[in-house]
Amino acid sequence: MTKCATRPATAPGAHWLPRTLLALTGMLLSTVALANPEHPTQWQLNLTRGVSPLSHDVWDLHMAVFYVCIGIGVVVYGAMIYAMLKFRKSKGAEAAKFTHNTKIEVIWTIIPVLILIGLAWPATRILVYENNTSNSVLTVKVTGVQWKWAYDYIDYEGQPINNVSFISMLATDSNDARQMDSGISPWSIKSRHGVDDYLLNVNKPLVVPTHTKIQFLITAADVIHGFWVPALGWQADAIPGQIHDAWGELDKPGTYRGQCAQLCGQDHAYMPIVIRALPRAEFRQWLAAQENKSRMQDVSRTAQIVAAPGDAPQG
Amino acid sequence: MSTDAATHHDDAHHDDVPKGFVHRWLFATNHKDIGTMYLVLALVMFFVGGSMAMVIRAELFEPGLQLVQPYFFNELTTLHGLIMIFGAIMPAFVGLANWQIPLMVGAPDMALPRMNNLSFWLLPFAFLLILSTLFMPGGAVAGGWVMYPPLILQTGESLAFTIFAIHLMGISSIMGAINIIATILNLRAPGMDLLKMPLFVWTWLITAFLLIAIMPVLAGAMTMLLTDKYFGTNFFNAAGGGDVLLYEHIFWFFGHPEVYVMILPAFGIISEVIPTFARKPIFGYKPMVYATASIAFLSFIVWAHHMFTVGLPVGAQLFFMYATMLISVPTGVKVFNWVATMWKGSMTFETPMLFAVAFVILFTIGGFSGLMLGLVPADYQYHNSYFVVAHFHYVLVSGAAFGIMTGVYYWLPKWSGHMYSERWGRIHFWLSVISVNVLFFPMHFLGLAGMPRRIPDYNVAFADWNMVSSIGGFVFGASQLIFVGNIIYTVYFAKSKVPARVWDGARGLEWELPSPPPHHSYSTPPEILPGMLAHGDITH
Ligand code: HEM
Ligand SMILES: [Cu+2]
Ligand SMILES: [Cu+2]
Repeated sequence: MTKCATRPATAPGAHWLPRTLLALTGMLLSTVALANPEHPTQWQLNLTRGVSPLSHDVWDLHMAVFYVCIGIGVVVYGAMIYAMLKFRKSKGAEAAKFTHNTKIEVIWTIIPVLILIGLAWPATRILVYENNTSNSVLTVKVTGVQWKWAYDYIDYEGQPINNVSFISMLATDSNDARQMDSGISPWSIKSRHGVDDYLLNVNKPLVVPTHTKIQFLITAADVIHGFWVPALGWQADAIPGQIHDAWGELDKPGTYRGQCAQLCGQDHAYMPIVIRALPRAEFRQWLAAQENKSRMQDVSRTAQIVAAPGDAPQG
Repeated sequence: MSTDAATHHDDAHHDDVPKGFVHRWLFATNHKDIGTMYLVLALVMFFVGGSMAMVIRAELFEPGLQLVQPYFFNELTTLHGLIMIFGAIMPAFVGLANWQIPLMVGAPDMALPRMNNLSFWLLPFAFLLILSTLFMPGGAVAGGWVMYPPLILQTGESLAFTIFAIHLMGISSIMGAINIIATILNLRAPGMDLLKMPLFVWTWLITAFLLIAIMPVLAGAMTMLLTDKYFGTNFFNAAGGGDVLLYEHIFWFFGHPEVYVMILPAFGIISEVIPTFARKPIFGYKPMVYATASIAFLSFIVWAHHMFTVGLPVGAQLFFMYATMLISVPTGVKVFNWVATMWKGSMTFETPMLFAVAFVILFTIGGFSGLMLGLVPADYQYHNSYFVVAHFHYVLVSGAAFGIMTGVYYWLPKWSGHMYSERWGRIHFWLSVISVNVLFFPMHFLGLAGMPRRIPDYNVAFADWNMVSSIGGFVFGASQLIFVGNIIYTVYFAKSKVPARVWDGARGLEWELPSPPPHHSYSTPPEILPGMLAHGDITH
């Protein structure tokens, strides 16, 4: 990863500036230390680095452009503040008459262009990397439906997966608490591990292996939705009639939480996405169990159909 | 126009101001009256849209659903956006254009006064119509101000009314823009070459061309929605062979230039105010004009930066990323020029200048987040989060709206002949500038922490910053009552008279007229004398 080396420029002689910047950076870094890639934390200030090679790249780019902005801000605001303190009528300042200065105008056109090229370079590289979904190991189809997510496992390590599909929707405790006048405090909704998971928990998470390039085929059944799990480092719109191809990887076991990002109607706020990343061996077991279960279901369903022809149970 | 009026053109007492409400206002053709009506409408809509924002912030004050049901919440965010854009910001700028452009170019009135009347009077009906949809069965549109299908097609019957209202607003904008172009190109006083026009006039000229180019595009998108909903077409219906993304492309081809429609006139106002209070001509007049023109041009080729996450081909994403980044160069030039205008000036900080300085600082913060949003891989994280909400409120509230307030404080003494209360102006300023940051800055944090936009309820981790933001919101909302109070005071109660040149550093034709200017100004074109124009004197 090319780390952008741009650092805040400091105005000479202004000792408080570097210190303020240092403090600011320290504050950011400390929230980074506290921040948890799995779910948001209170008073969180910044993105988390995530747990994927992609999210790390995105983080670096984000911080680089942030520092560039700080640098430009220090120069522009510094000049403005200096001017406002110095060139006041009340301090007897006399207005100069100049109206242009070709040299400085050329400089402040060229320098921004150079800075932008410096940013465009890593951005381009990451974008190309991000859009290359080849060589993925697991493929999952994700379908946004008002107001839940449907997951279909397509293939893993080159083998098609049989009938592992399910629907994932808001967990019942959150769903009860979210009703108006429910009398249930959002603060009381917690996961088994004590995580505040109000509106960020589902009945059945998407389970994936760690350290695996996962291809997501994202689409929607009714209206546009947005598949967004910050730890992956990106979001992708789920659009009816289109397949949006994206990839992600999670390099640490855990429960990663996200939400539908695109306004999709009345319950848009209530269709979270939860991804559980398991070590590969555990994932294998989980997958085998799921395949087994659906096979059993198929058998019993067929049995029922045979027993009562013309009276097949729905779905 | 009678010859009598022509000979007495500078004498307020001989003005034939129409008598009676109907004649003066309903049949108004005078640019000052129409300008006033536009500004009053904008102020009313600012409060209508603002009350919706207050309800939104109250619901978001803490996690859990307390005040409104989710669907109604979506109606509020949608109408808040539509009303603030089409009802508050745009009409306010048209009102300022109506008042100021004829005064600044030395024209007797707008070129097409009757059309001017129509373009104003369409608006109150359009907004009554769109507000009435709140009370229709099924409720108002709730798909966001961008009105993406297929979601928006799930709206009840109010969709047709909303689309009709938007058509009315579009027609009004197009007529307003034609009028402004006709006035600027045909009615300038002798000696006022294009490159001697005040920057406010320049930015409006360019904005008017943008409007004529984009409003029909919006109308097209709206009409396609209408036929998809009621006449069985499938423009945006994938199942019928249509393409959902077609809508997004058309909408944002309108939408991105539209955001510049809301900021270019503000650039113009700031470029008038800073030289006045720095007592120094604008730095780089021509680069300012060229920067405005290139921003306008570039604004047509960046629309897909609103669609980075839809899955466009990489090449297209790269093109739109580079074009978006490019637009920050001329934007930067403008900011640098304002700072250079302040440099070595002799500054005083009356209310208009305070707002102008805050504009430059806070608009630039919006520019920074814009630059960040323009980097596609980073935008994959920011998109549809509160980070975007922070971005566009910095450019639209502390940008466009502050620009309008700058203009109102700057020219109100000219229009009314009285000085506003400087003291209350300052109180309004300080309350606004602090609360606007308390309101919008934490939204950056919320977005980066993962809070999506347009949700009525959220995880408890987002609780703290939302509460901070809501408190900022309430203070900001309440502070705007001071603004109204100050305007009412100035117009109806202030006793002191102001001279023609209200601000000692002000240059430009409008300051040669008495305050208030006569109902019909410049029945004969003014003679431009050396030193009258701020930029480029006729005697080189
Ligand atoms: C330096 C110049 C600017 C750049 C580079 C820029 C860039 C962007 C980008 C990339 C987005 C899309 C973000 C997303 O949805 O993921 C965006 C959104 C937006 N920008 Fe800007 N912007 C700039 C200036 C402005 C200005 C001057 C305005 C208006 C006065 C503005 C108003 C908006 C609005 C309203 C949206 C959100 C639209 C929506 O999704 O509802 N921007 N901007
Ligand atoms: Cu959704
Ligand atoms: Cu845009």
